[in-house]
Amino acid sequence: MKATAYNYDIVRSYINWSILWGLVAVLVGVIVSLQMVEPGLNFPPYLTFGRLRPIHTNAGIYGWGVGVIFATFLYIVQRLCKTPLWSPGLARFQLWFFNSTIIASAVTLLLGYTTSKEYHEMEWPIDVMVVILWVAFGINVIMTIVKRREEHMYISLWYMMAAIVGIAILYLVNAAAVPVSLFKSYSAYAGTNDANVHWWFGHNAVAMALTAPPLAMFYYFLPKSTGVPIYSHRLSIIAFWSLIFMYLWTGAHHLLWTPVPDWIQTLAMAFSVMLIAPSWGSVFNGYLSMNGQWHQMRENYLVKFLIIGITFYGLQTLQGPMQAIRTFSAFIHYTDWIPAHIHMGTMGWVSMISFASIYYLIPRVYGKKLFSVPLANLQFWLILTGQLLWSISLWVAGVLQAGMWTAMNPDGSLTYTFMETMVEMYPYWWIRAIGGLIYLAGIIVFIYNLVMTVRNGESAATNVATAEGRA
Amino acid sequence: MWEKNPILLLILATVAILVGTIITMVLPFAWVNTEGDRIESVTPYTALQQEGRDVYIREGCNNCHTQTVRPLVAEVLRYGDYSKSGEFVYDRPFLWGSKRTGPDLARLGGKYPDAWHYKHMESPRTMVPKTNMPAYGWLASNELDPQMIKRKMEVLGFPYSNAEIKGLAGKNEMDAIVAYLQKLGSDIPWREATATTIVGELKNPYSGVSHAEMEPWEDLYEKNCAACHGEHMEGIIGPELVGEGFEEGELFEIIFNGIPDGGMPSFSSLGADKVWKLVNFLKYYNKGEDHQ
Repeated sequence: MKATAYNYDIVRSYINWSILWGLVAVLVGVIVSLQMVEPGLNFPPYLTFGRLRPIHTNAGIYGWGVGVIFATFLYIVQRLCKTPLWSPGLARFQLWFFNSTIIASAVTLLLGYTTSKEYHEMEWPIDVMVVILWVAFGINVIMTIVKRREEHMYISLWYMMAAIVGIAILYLVNAAAVPVSLFKSYSAYAGTNDANVHWWFGHNAVAMALTAPPLAMFYYFLPKSTGVPIYSHRLSIIAFWSLIFMYLWTGAHHLLWTPVPDWIQTLAMAFSVMLIAPSWGSVFNGYLSMNGQWHQMRENYLVKFLIIGITFYGLQTLQGPMQAIRTFSAFIHYTDWIPAHIHMGTMGWVSMISFASIYYLIPRVYGKKLFSVPLANLQFWLILTGQLLWSISLWVAGVLQAGMWTAMNPDGSLTYTFMETMVEMYPYWWIRAIGGLIYLAGIIVFIYNLVMTVRNGESAATNVATAEGRA
Repeated sequence: MWEKNPILLLILATVAILVGTIITMVLPFAWVNTEGDRIESVTPYTALQQEGRDVYIREGCNNCHTQTVRPLVAEVLRYGDYSKSGEFVYDRPFLWGSKRTGPDLARLGGKYPDAWHYKHMESPRTMVPKTNMPAYGWLASNELDPQMIKRKMEVLGFPYSNAEIKGLAGKNEMDAIVAYLQKLGSDIPWREATATTIVGELKNPYSGVSHAEMEPWEDLYEKNCAACHGEHMEGIIGPELVGEGFEEGELFEIIFNGIPDGGMPSFSSLGADKVWKLVNFLKYYNKGEDHQ
């Protein structure tokens, strides 16, 4: 199979744009982290924490996260199906529509057009754009799979298809609203119902956008990078079906102790704990695939990103279920512990896998050898240090805050006022901001390395040929 | 089989996704927001309150403030009665939030007088030193659009009168958000229900305390009282404090339970000991001293 048969143009474009949106997400993240320690850095009406924070989260999830999904899936689907993309024209349309949607989201959020629903803040006209976008993407991927020239569908394709269906259902149901004007709508659901629908969406957006797709990438790029196949096909089957079955029950663990009916909370708690099994099914499958290959952790920077990425996934899927238990949730919920948890998933798991995927793709879609492996290693350590500083500081802060919120005097009164607990957070918020800055430095090294690769890199023709000779 | 048939895989994946979805997301509609949840005294938002709610949403207040009190001891002590499902039936969207960078606001309504909110929004640090809340004084320069608000009330199906809509002219977004904050959690008479009744004789444990002993208690005054009553008890939003006018027991009751109709919040969450310290500080600290 000649490389020219595949459509790599579109993969290149998605890589470039997703990195740009990733840079925006981290940059805005650093800005809002500084606003938390210095309120004077809020510049109303547009540049306040309340308006910028959704731009940070949505640029991260939809610009960077979904952008990388588009880049990698459009590559993987062609390779695994041994056939070019069903419609390159549709993929091109999708690219520009994707960028328009991201820009429109950022502008409208700055202007204060928001539904307030976390990770679904964009108002209804943008929901319509997202639906068009997702349909275009879904059809292209599914049609490419339908006309594939390889009988078996590899693991990555299962996760892709589940994500395509899952996100479609979640997004449509949670977007239901009655418009008042072009920029304002009211949710179709009220109060407790709205909360329950929203966190069914919210938690499964994590499942379908930030778990299934990175797993699809991991299952493809790990064997490609190490040159040895995945340890157990059977384990991947069990992990896949149990993961997509169990995830949907767990949304209400975001709503423990709220007025949502107790039985929903209890189901969410139970299924959250059960989810450890399929999550760790994939973690073990990754680790055991490294049997006899652990030396590659030292020699192959791609493997380092992938294995530390899946390790963060393993930690994330142990900590998550722990937080979903009522007693622990009572203590830790609403504190700074929670953003620390989320950022271990996004900065650690999802982004590590995304960086590895992009590093793998660049030589293949640009035909250039990576400019500098030492710089890739430097990025790895900056990313890792930045993320650990970020999360560990806020875990400590969260426990401190939770302890102070619940501390009581012998006469049954509270020991601390709210402000006494808040001022204790400042030092930790500073450390978090520094963690964010180190992470940002890692992203800049990454971008520099890639720009130099594309501009000055040596031709990678031989490199690609050897890689294709492998599994 | 499914590994070779994408359509079959798509169907099976959809079924797998829908089982949990139907049970935990669709089925609850049969229970939630039905008659069983209804609380008679909960009313829809007025036009001004609803607009204030929309300003709250637009500014992303929910990124730092939650609106649900959980049925946990420390939480009920800090914020007030725990939240009930029936209190949220008019909330589109829900605003429960997920992070308390600032305090929970579910029971904020009626805690402070309007004047406190205006000042706090204008300049949060004058009311709450060291807070990281951004200033929102600029809301006062945005006038309301009565016709748009009328449209919103129609879409929501909330009752309104033409006089009410007319009355919005000349009001601004600050008026609206303060009206909304004052409505929060005040539909049910929870303050009356949870008010502490003080039984037995109130005995001042610090009777005859010296001026020097009281000096560290000034910090308590500055943190909890000075924002409204002034750094030197001269009165700002709250009145000038002339402690001599009250008996020790009376002062204790006022601070501990507040004056719900007079804008004085309850400080029972400080605990009896700190309240007694404040009683002594207010009544005796400045007596015969040229402290001010």
